[in-house]
Amino acid sequence: MKDTAAPYVTTDGRQIGDVLMDMRGITLRFGGVEAIKNISFDIREGEIRAIIGPNGAGKSSMLNVISGFYNPQEGEVWFRGEKRPAMKPFQVARLGIARTFQNIALFDGMSVLDNIMTGRLTHMKTGMLSQMIWKGRAEREEVENRAVVERIIDFLEIQAIRKTPVGRLPYGLKKRVELARALAAEPKLLLLDEPMAGMNVEEKEDMSRFILDVNDEFGTTIALIEHDMGVVMDLSDRVVVMDYGRKIGDGTPSEVRNNQEVIDAYLGVAHD
Amino acid sequence: MPSAAPEAGAVTVPHLLARNVAQRGNKAAYREKEYGIWQSWTWAQAAEEIDALALGLLELGAKTGDHIAISGRNRPALYWAMVAAQKLGCVPVPLYQEAAAEEIAYALEHSGARFAIAGDQEQVDKLEEAREGLTTLERVIYLDGRGLRRYDHSAMTSYADVQAMGRKSARRDEMEARTDARTYDDTCVMLYTSGTTGRPKGVVLSNRNVIETSKNSARFDDLRAGDEVLAYLPMAWVGDFIFSVGQAMWTGFCVNCPESADTMLTDLREIGPTYFFAPPRVFENQLTTVMIRMEDAGQFKKKLFDHYMKVARRVGPALLDGNSVRAFDRLRYALGNLLVYGPLKNTLGLSRVRVGYTAGEAIGPEIFDFYRALGMNLKQLYGQTEATVFITQQPDGEVRSDTVGVPSPGVELRIAENGEVFYRSPGTFVEYYKNPESTASTKDSEGWVATGDAGFIEDGSGHLRIIDRAKDVGKLASGAMFAPKYVENKLKFYPNILEAVVFGAGRDHCVAFINIDLAAVGNWAERNNIAYSSYQELSQHPKVLDLVEGHVNAVNESIAQDPMLAACQIHRFLILHKELDADDGEMTRSRKVRRAVVGDKFADLIAALYNGAPEIYTETEVTYEDGRKGKIKATLAIRDATVVDSARATAA
Repeated sequence: MKDTAAPYVTTDGRQIGDVLMDMRGITLRFGGVEAIKNISFDIREGEIRAIIGPNGAGKSSMLNVISGFYNPQEGEVWFRGEKRPAMKPFQVARLGIARTFQNIALFDGMSVLDNIMTGRLTHMKTGMLSQMIWKGRAEREEVENRAVVERIIDFLEIQAIRKTPVGRLPYGLKKRVELARALAAEPKLLLLDEPMAGMNVEEKEDMSRFILDVNDEFGTTIALIEHDMGVVMDLSDRVVVMDYGRKIGDGTPSEVRNNQEVIDAYLGVAHD
Repeated sequence: MPSAAPEAGAVTVPHLLARNVAQRGNKAAYREKEYGIWQSWTWAQAAEEIDALALGLLELGAKTGDHIAISGRNRPALYWAMVAAQKLGCVPVPLYQEAAAEEIAYALEHSGARFAIAGDQEQVDKLEEAREGLTTLERVIYLDGRGLRRYDHSAMTSYADVQAMGRKSARRDEMEARTDARTYDDTCVMLYTSGTTGRPKGVVLSNRNVIETSKNSARFDDLRAGDEVLAYLPMAWVGDFIFSVGQAMWTGFCVNCPESADTMLTDLREIGPTYFFAPPRVFENQLTTVMIRMEDAGQFKKKLFDHYMKVARRVGPALLDGNSVRAFDRLRYALGNLLVYGPLKNTLGLSRVRVGYTAGEAIGPEIFDFYRALGMNLKQLYGQTEATVFITQQPDGEVRSDTVGVPSPGVELRIAENGEVFYRSPGTFVEYYKNPESTASTKDSEGWVATGDAGFIEDGSGHLRIIDRAKDVGKLASGAMFAPKYVENKLKFYPNILEAVVFGAGRDHCVAFINIDLAAVGNWAERNNIAYSSYQELSQHPKVLDLVEGHVNAVNESIAQDPMLAACQIHRFLILHKELDADDGEMTRSRKVRRAVVGDKFADLIAALYNGAPEIYTETEVTYEDGRKGKIKATLAIRDATVVDSARATAA
């Protein structure tokens, strides 16, 4: 068991917080296939934690375990010092974990604003009936939620598309809207599944800046999966490297970059 | 130089602010859309914010005569920063927010600014970069602190913190004393001209320049409290300073700032300004969007639109100018207004525009007439930074697309021997900062300023017409005036023509190179079943040549109307086989044709245009985007255009 006493300083010299989420001995099987083999690592408060690895390494499965979509056959997930029982995704969302998806999952026919408002769902207390009547508490609540959403719209600089149906937006902007929706939940832990996939250089730069700004301004802890090595090394405080469902490296970007096993996994070595 | 006394003790912009607070303290002075809602500040609230900032700057050690750099997008807080600087007897120096760090470094060094106020992280980054090797800049004050948390704050303070410092300050009397010590001839603002050649120059404008000009121009167009403007053009541009600070303070109208640069058109619709300025480009884009959407509209809507636009083009301008119109046409126009013009103007955000201006470059007559036809009072003005904007402007009822109007109130005009326009006015700038040589070469001892533009005053109407940059105007062999840009602009008003280069200096007659617009001509070709595989092939298609020949003939006809310029008609032309490109050195990065380079590079083509050959074979070196070089070979057809006998044209 790891020492959870703050402060924790990475070897790169950045101070990060207590353990927020601790994955202990996670094993995930699909029938006979072991997607994740006995992996342990932690995510600390306020850090940007990347999970990298070649195709089929089990990164997305890992993210789905964190988000509660998959329940591992073995191992324990500890969140904020408590063991998390098997949960449905909506229950995990209430714990303060929000995510974006590799293939954008927005409501195409709805406006950007409405899409982001759906991210406030876990913060809405009034029932359907009072929302229909739209007086008093329900109205107040909507105003408060709208204020939060507007701040996020301002933050991500998407004012110009506020009323545009998501279906009409280009890919890069959809990704940004998805990030906005995840942020609207005001999560403790934000999971990003390949936030830069399919983007051009300029869009990647924008997205990187937003991720850093979110981490900086809101203090949101971020766990992300990403293919673009340059981006990962620049953004993250610590990196977990996976290959064939195993963890082969864990540490700061500079530590991971010099790890022989990681280099082999990425560049390929003769298997003899 | 004509001198006028300040009115009612309003010697500076802060004095005008105080007057507005006293007269209409609880009316809206500034609005800004933020978080999806229009936030507003009354004159009294704005004055409180300005005082707090000014006192904060005083506490930080701002001295009388200091320059304070301001850079960011149009936001009320940055307009307040200008007035706050003026309250302390400092000089605000707004900078272009798109400027590169080197340009900002130059302006900071040249002005010696000790304080800089930045809108956001992007501007702070540039200021910090510029600060390297600069000893004068002491403190950066930032408005939006996003992304700046981890910056070194030893020489950086947030706008809100400066205001908080100011609100605790006990030196209000000192601040007011500084304001009252200013005279009408002290500096009001310093604006850097973008300068197409050489270093930018700091144009110093006095309180007299700004207040007299604001007063005169506000009277000219009857601007008044209750008007609304949208402040979206760069704060460093003299026009924005006069519209959003000078005239706003003089008349007490409300300045509205958009949410972001991208939302400008939406915000325009929501605010519905009554006084609106836009460069021709904005009007052109709006018109293009409308036309494209009408192409996609249903048959009925399209017919309705076409029918009523025809009515509007005939009747609209006459109605605006107050000319007599048949009762039946009035009725038709009223119906069109109900069905088409009104809803369209509403969509464009132009419903309430009482006074609209465009300037900066020539506007296409079709575009200009379109807006006039809709019933929007769009006019032209001619001005420059050194004149505190206004040199000439069009009075209501005398609006035309080919003139820039009559001298603004208080402005004297003079046309020199070579056609260059000179002016003298209460707005004539004081000097170029720390640059007496340039000041002397631009402004003579009697206060006349050279504009660098050639033009003439039209007989009868007294309107000024600008022809060209003075240095580009030459003479044909016959001695007649040769104004290439004037002709090129006429050609470029046709959407099918992207660029045109006219030659003729020292020759018997004029010839032209034409670049077709691939998007427009390609679209036309598609609709007319013309197949083509490349730009080069399309450009040499006989039907395309016919199309362009039609445009050239029409331009000749229009030039022939003008006895002074009739000799500039185009006798022969060809369509170039490649687009003129900045990568090949044929244009500047801002897409202005480099006449001399094009003339040298295509000397063989020019020779062919003058020797009467029907076609010419040529090889041209081109540079691809990745820097590789290649050659294009082509045989270009040369066409003769129809030249109109000017004597006959004027007689007819």
